[in-house]
Parts: sequence; C-alpha cells; structure tokens
Amino acid sequence: MDPAINLTKRRRAASLLAHREVKLPFNEYVNMEIGQLGYDCVVCVKQVPDTSNVTGEAMKDDGTVNRSALPAIFNPEDLHALETALEVRDRCGGTVTVVTMGPPAACEVLRECLYRGADRGVLITDRRAAASDTLATSYILSQAIKTVGKYDFVFCGRQAIDGDTAQVGPQIAEKLGIPQITYFERFEELDGRTLRARRNVGNGWEVLEVRLPALITVLDTANEPRPAAARRVMQYKRSRAEAEIGRDVAVALADANDGQKEAESARRLEQLKMKKLLLDQWDLDDIQADLAWCGMSGSPTKVHRVQSIVLTKEGFTEVPPTDEGVRNMIHELIEDRTLG
Amino acid sequence: MIEPNRQGEVWVFAEQEDESLNDVSLELCSKARELANQLKVKMGAVLIGSNVRELSYRLIAHGADRVYYVHDPKFENYRTLPYARVMCELITKHKPQIVLYGATPLGRDVAPRIASEMRAGLTADCTDLQIGEYKEPKTKEIHKDLLLQVRPAFGGNIIATIINYDRWPQMATVREGVMRMGEPDAKRQGEIVDEKVTINDFEDAVRLISRHREERKIDLKAARTIVAGGGGVGSKESFQLIHDLAGAVGGAVGASRAAIDSGFVDKAHQIGQTGTTVRPALYIACGISGAVQHRAGMEESAKIIAINSDKEAPIFSVAHYGIVGDLQKVIPLMIKAIKERA
Repeated sequence: MDPAINLTKRRRAASLLAHREVKLPFNEYVNMEIGQLGYDCVVCVKQVPDTSNVTGEAMKDDGTVNRSALPAIFNPEDLHALETALEVRDRCGGTVTVVTMGPPAACEVLRECLYRGADRGVLITDRRAAASDTLATSYILSQAIKTVGKYDFVFCGRQAIDGDTAQVGPQIAEKLGIPQITYFERFEELDGRTLRARRNVGNGWEVLEVRLPALITVLDTANEPRPAAARRVMQYKRSRAEAEIGRDVAVALADANDGQKEAESARRLEQLKMKKLLLDQWDLDDIQADLAWCGMSGSPTKVHRVQSIVLTKEGFTEVPPTDEGVRNMIHELIEDRTLG
Repeated sequence: MIEPNRQGEVWVFAEQEDESLNDVSLELCSKARELANQLKVKMGAVLIGSNVRELSYRLIAHGADRVYYVHDPKFENYRTLPYARVMCELITKHKPQIVLYGATPLGRDVAPRIASEMRAGLTADCTDLQIGEYKEPKTKEIHKDLLLQVRPAFGGNIIATIINYDRWPQMATVREGVMRMGEPDAKRQGEIVDEKVTINDFEDAVRLISRHREERKIDLKAARTIVAGGGGVGSKESFQLIHDLAGAVGGAVGASRAAIDSGFVDKAHQIGQTGTTVRPALYIACGISGAVQHRAGMEESAKIIAINSDKEAPIFSVAHYGIVGDLQKVIPLMIKAIKERA
C-alpha cells in the first residue's frame, strides 16, 4: 500500500464523509507513516447464554435461570469488535490478541476468533473470579490486558446479551487510563497515533479525535463479521487451553485409571505446545490481580432477589373477530372516552 | 468510593444538549424527589455545560432543592473525560447517597467511567427504584434504607433486584420514558450552587470534530393513541392497514422490532426496550407477538387492544381487549366501526 497518500484525496474524502453517507474503502483514509509496524489490538470477547432463546425448561422453580440448559454462543457485538480489529490488522499490519474471562468452556469463543484470523487467544479462568459484577470483571480484564503488554487498541462489543449493561468496556478504559469511544460505528481517519472515529449518539452521530491507545466499544451496525475460514478451522480446531485437556482425556480414556489419564494429559499438553496450539491460560495470580477487587468481594452490586416474569392480567375481554364483536368494543372505548 | 452515610443527597445527573434539558433528566428528577422525601434528605441535580445556568430553574421546578452548576467553555459539548472528572470531584466533595443518570448513549458512556473511578456500584437500565432494606444471607446483618435497583436481566426473562450497601454512592441508569415526569412547579424554591472544576491536559485531549443531529420525525411519546404493527403484518404492503387504522383513530404509527427488521416501516417507529417507551391512552397491537422487550415499551398504556392469529401470543397477557383473528380482516372491521360512530 502506498504510504504517501495524496493529501487532496484525503481532504476530499473527509468532506464527502461529512456531508453524505459514504463508506469509502478503508485505505482511502488511512495514512501509514513509513516504517510503522501496524497496530496491536486486544479484543475482549465473551461466551454468553443464548438469552434470545429462553424456553420454559431454562427457568428453575426458584425463579433462577438454569444457565447450563441454554446453548452458549459468542456474544454478538463482540464478533463485531473482533471484525473491527481484524480490519485494522489486515490494512495496517499488527496483531490481534483476544481475551476472554470464563470457565474452560469459554475457550470455544477463543477458537472462533482464531478461525476468523486472530493471532492469539488468552483464557482468564479462576474460581475466585466467580460472581464478579461489572466492576470486578473490568478490573480482571484490565489486569489481563496489562499482562498482554503492548496495545494500541482495545476493542469490546458495546454490551453482552446476558447483562445488557454496556459497563465493562468503559470501566476497563478507566482502569487502563485511556480514552474511550463507545457506540463506535466506523473509522473516519487513522493517521499514525491519531484516530478519528464516528460514534452513534442516539439521535445522530459525532466524530471524535483521540490519540492512541484508546478503547472502543463496537455496535452491531459497524460492520459485517467475516465467517470462519475453512483453512483456519482445520488449523486451529484442536487448539486447547490446559484446563480443557483433563476433560478431553476423561472422555477419551473413560475406562483408564488416574495414572493413565494423567500421563495422557501430560502427553497432550506437550503436543499442543509443540504444534503451537496451546491457548494461553492465566489465573488471577498470573495477572497480578488483587483478590479484594475480584469476585464477590470486588463487586459493589449484589443480587438481592430474582423473580421470573409472571404474566397475568385482570380485566381481560376476549373479543370475537366479527363485525358485532368489534363494534361493541369500539362502542365501549368511545363511551369511556378512550377513543373519540 | 464514599462511605455509606445517612445525610447524603439524592442526585440526578442532568443531561443537557444545545441548551436544552433531556426529558429523561426531568423524569429522574420526579423519581429522585420521591426517593429524597422517603430518605428525608435533599435532592440535587448536577448541571454541567457552558452558559446553561438558566436550565437550573427548570430542574428546581421539577423537584431539585439544589442545582450544582459547573460552567466552563470546555464543557460546552459533552466529552467523557471532562464530565467524568466533574462528577467524581463533586461526588467526593458532597457525598450523595444516590446518583441517577439517564440510560442514554451519553449516560451509558459516562456513568460506568465514574463508577470505575469511584469504585462504586452502578446498575444499568433500571425499570424501578425503591427504598428498602437488605439482610445479608451469611452475617444476617440488616442494611436499611438502601436503593433497591430493579431491572430485567437475562434477555428480559427475569426481573432482578440489585443492591449496593457498601460501595457508595449507589448509582443507577434509567431509560427515557420509564419514570413518569411530574408537573413542574414554578413556585418551588431551590438554590443554585456554582462549582468550579478544572480538568487536566489528558482529560481535555479528546476533540469533538463534528456532529450531526437527526430531526426526530415522529413523536411517539406524545401520541394519545398508537397503532403498532409487528412481524405478523406480513409485508410492507399490508402495513398500509396499520397506517389506515392510525388515520381512522387519529393516532401515531408504531412498530415492533420484528416489523422494523423486516423492512415494513422505518426505525423511527420502533416501540420497545431498544426503541421508544410509550404510555398512550390506547395502544392497538396488530400482529405483534408480545416479546418481553416489546412489552417493556408499551405495557403501561392505559388501554391495550391486541390482534393476533395466535391465541397463545404473550401480547394477550397485557391486553385489555384480545382479538384472536386475522388482522387483514379485523382491521377493516375496526375502521368501519369507527367511521360509523364518527
């Protein structure tokens, strides 16, 4: 890509963007300084229960949700965040590291990221992180990002479909001490360390200019996430974090004794390392997290009680779908002054 | 964080843009006034901007005892870091018990940043706020006069009550239309407290380059009657029936997310948790199944008529009148009945 982008062309592009809905190809408004090595991107991703498909079986009698009864999916807006990072890396060079906090099963979302082009996946897993609210979660993720080390961009989905809070992204930004751009729709300009990005403000949009590093929370309208690439699926489908090996072995060697299972686990671990298919796995000590800020003790907000939605209605009138039925209803509504 | 206390005020972050207050801030003033009365403390509003001191009087009329007005030309347009800095300094200085924010893109941008810096609890998208007590399950210690923060969770399938008893202030965001805006009382007395907050270079570094506001084309919130169509309408052509019925009753046209996603009508008509929340005198739901996210946006309507060919549709659980039938046949019957009576 020619680093010496014509300045007039860039100005024209910028004025087009200001006046019309024009989506220019990325490289028309990116100016790469000669010698720049690209951008290091960290993407926070989450495995969530599919809350749009909750049936009766998912609700337990005490009103709580049986998470294990729900299929687990890749949080939709995080996929858009990943896509944004991949586009930056594809155009400008650099790296895309994805981080997730969760039980070992969450590695599935890390693999989904590798299938789409991410360079590295990191699992943060620790029982002591359980019951973390958004503040504790953002603390743990910010410690993980600091442990990853160098980053120019941190991308997050705007919100997760189980909590719907949209709080973790901004809270990570505050803990990293970097500016945030939430409700991100698209890049306007990326010029060395200076970023201009457009965000949705509800009744319109605005364009902000920040100096990197910055954290960006991405809307689902920002882009079309690419599908998994068949070649990368073949390459990475056997990637595992250490915590997953034990379970794989318990299934594969169901009748073996503990000694045999341990030996097999150790062998598989070595194989994964050799083939560079071992996902990084860190616990709270690895990321130097202060336990007081994690889990229940690090969570200011606590759930007092939970109730499942009860649908009842008093004063319900069933109206037959006939001329007469409808006319009687309209009559009532006019009489009580609701209509007319 | 600040230590829990019993004399702190109940605050509202007053969102203003282009010298006018966002409706949600006034709705929150009414709620905050109620909470402050229950706690027997004062209610304050925080107003940040440039040359918008006049707006304080409106906040006072809606229930504020005090308006903390923070003026600086740098605050003319909202930016995350300066506004967060102001709120953190004022919270540290005045130690309110509760701070409420509108769950607008602005509120959802700034509130978590403040919560993170203050290491305080924040609950998003509350549908109800009450004062109550909480007993710790392990220690049996009772915490009185807490803010009970009620919100749907898990995709709207459960209602959770959240509390925060030790990392104050207790903060919550609330979407527009959820709390009822009270009548302003121009005779109410209150004071304006001018505060000064300086921001550093890092906080000043983000620049606003340009901004584009779209005119709100339809005012659903002000409509007395709304006729809404859902996925069951079937096509953009059939959606004309919705427009026709709306014309016959003199109402506004609404839609569920399914109808928007299918392209039957423009997004501006969307009613529901991610659209507009309405409480008209009459809401006619046509071909709308009644998913929780939609119900959240209209279940407070005074009277609800539901037309759906599926008798199990959840919309019937919130309706006053339910018609199980084909809307293509029922709507013309309704239009005819209305015209006959006119």
